[in-house]
Amino acid sequence: MALSRDWMYENNGGTCVAIAGADYCVVAADTRLSIGYSIYTRDYSKICNLAEKCVLASSGFQGDIKALQKNLAARHLIYQHQHNKQMSCPAMAQLLSNTLYFKRFFPYYAFNVLGGLDNEGKGCVFTYDAVGSYERVGYSAQGSGSTLVMPILDNQLKTPSPLLLPARDAVTPLSEADAVDMVKDVFASATERDIYTGDKLEIVILNASGVRREFIDLRKD
Amino acid sequence: MESAAVSSHDSTIQEIGFERTLYPYVMGTSVLGMKYKDGVLLAADLGGSYGSTLRYKSVERIKPIGKHSLLGASGEISDFQEILRYLDELILYDNMWDDGNSLGPKEVHNYLNRLMYNRRNKFNPLWNSLVLGGVKNGQKYLGMVGMIGTHFEDNHVATGFGNHLARPILRDEWNEDMSFEEAVKLLEKCLRVLLYRDRSSINKFQIAKITEEGVTIFPPYSLKTFWGFSAFKNPTKGAEGSW
Repeated sequence: MALSRDWMYENNGGTCVAIAGADYCVVAADTRLSIGYSIYTRDYSKICNLAEKCVLASSGFQGDIKALQKNLAARHLIYQHQHNKQMSCPAMAQLLSNTLYFKRFFPYYAFNVLGGLDNEGKGCVFTYDAVGSYERVGYSAQGSGSTLVMPILDNQLKTPSPLLLPARDAVTPLSEADAVDMVKDVFASATERDIYTGDKLEIVILNASGVRREFIDLRKD
Repeated sequence: MESAAVSSHDSTIQEIGFERTLYPYVMGTSVLGMKYKDGVLLAADLGGSYGSTLRYKSVERIKPIGKHSLLGASGEISDFQEILRYLDELILYDNMWDDGNSLGPKEVHNYLNRLMYNRRNKFNPLWNSLVLGGVKNGQKYLGMVGMIGTHFEDNHVATGFGNHLARPILRDEWNEDMSFEEAVKLLEKCLRVLLYRDRSSINKFQIAKITEEGVTIFPPYSLKTFWGFSAFKNPTKGAEGSW
């Protein structure tokens, strides 16, 4: 039984979204923890506040996610002791990529979106695959509902096309309130069609005045 | 990592000086847990199945841990005993500090979480699903850890079949201020459903209670069952000639 190797991973589901704006960043994830066709709990947070201006949302295998988030939080603490300052979001982005690639041959089954404010106070979002390849983008979705969410964000966020030359910043011109509303809308839609997404939505909003958290109810079926 | 001595018929793998089994053998079935007004209740049956044989009928699958916690386990019984040895050592070292501090349920849950995940990473899992309940400083705590390190905390938890059969009942009927009697009644309702529908459960249960005052593990007892349904009385009524 243990030889077959398919007991080592499981997908606990969930969707994570992050949207970067001119001076804010919104990171959101649902709070459902699933296993197969069952629900373990409706109230499990997938979001981790890694640094003052840096928030990680991960979906996938919860054991790996918890280990990864703990790992990064510990590394951040060491960084603070050594440098007497918080890690910037781009620095944390590189650390996350390296941490994931470190386990390239026994991966963390975690699909991550890192959101925060860069050194100039502009919103930044980094999106990852399970083995650490990453890219700075204006918005992203990962997890079981990502295929349902991403097309809506592409259509509605009015960001400059990534194909333009010279390359333009992909942050959305929407206001913070509009971006938060957009997040609520996309999750409501994803909940309708993705069985692993639902119960509650946790939204974390970072801007110059600090970090704010909101909880919205989603469909429980 | 795996040497040339692997045989797919064998249930053991030989690496230099290191052997491990790959299949669970004697297994316990569901464990239920729920918070109630004064603390936390855990319930489990006393069965240890060896495949489809009910080999052992007095296996205590709920044990107290330290002063503040109760641990219930389903899955491989020998791995549960191994976990109890790990926890024994943990609690011993905690007591040896003799500093008036003691490990609470949150800490034990975290330790078990790390333990299970670590064993999974070494490809040598402890084949158990654990329920950890406890009370410390008036705070009630109830959590679950799965075989590969999946874990969560909730007002009611269950392992194995309990997830499918008992959790829906608990979601419907649990509330914040249940008295001990109400909570036991609700647990018995879930246990009865499991008895009827889980092939590996037996009619001999133990309920364990933990409150601020301490742990009480009640003596084993049985539930009344009813089999006198008319459909059972003449099972071939609708299909004469079958059996």
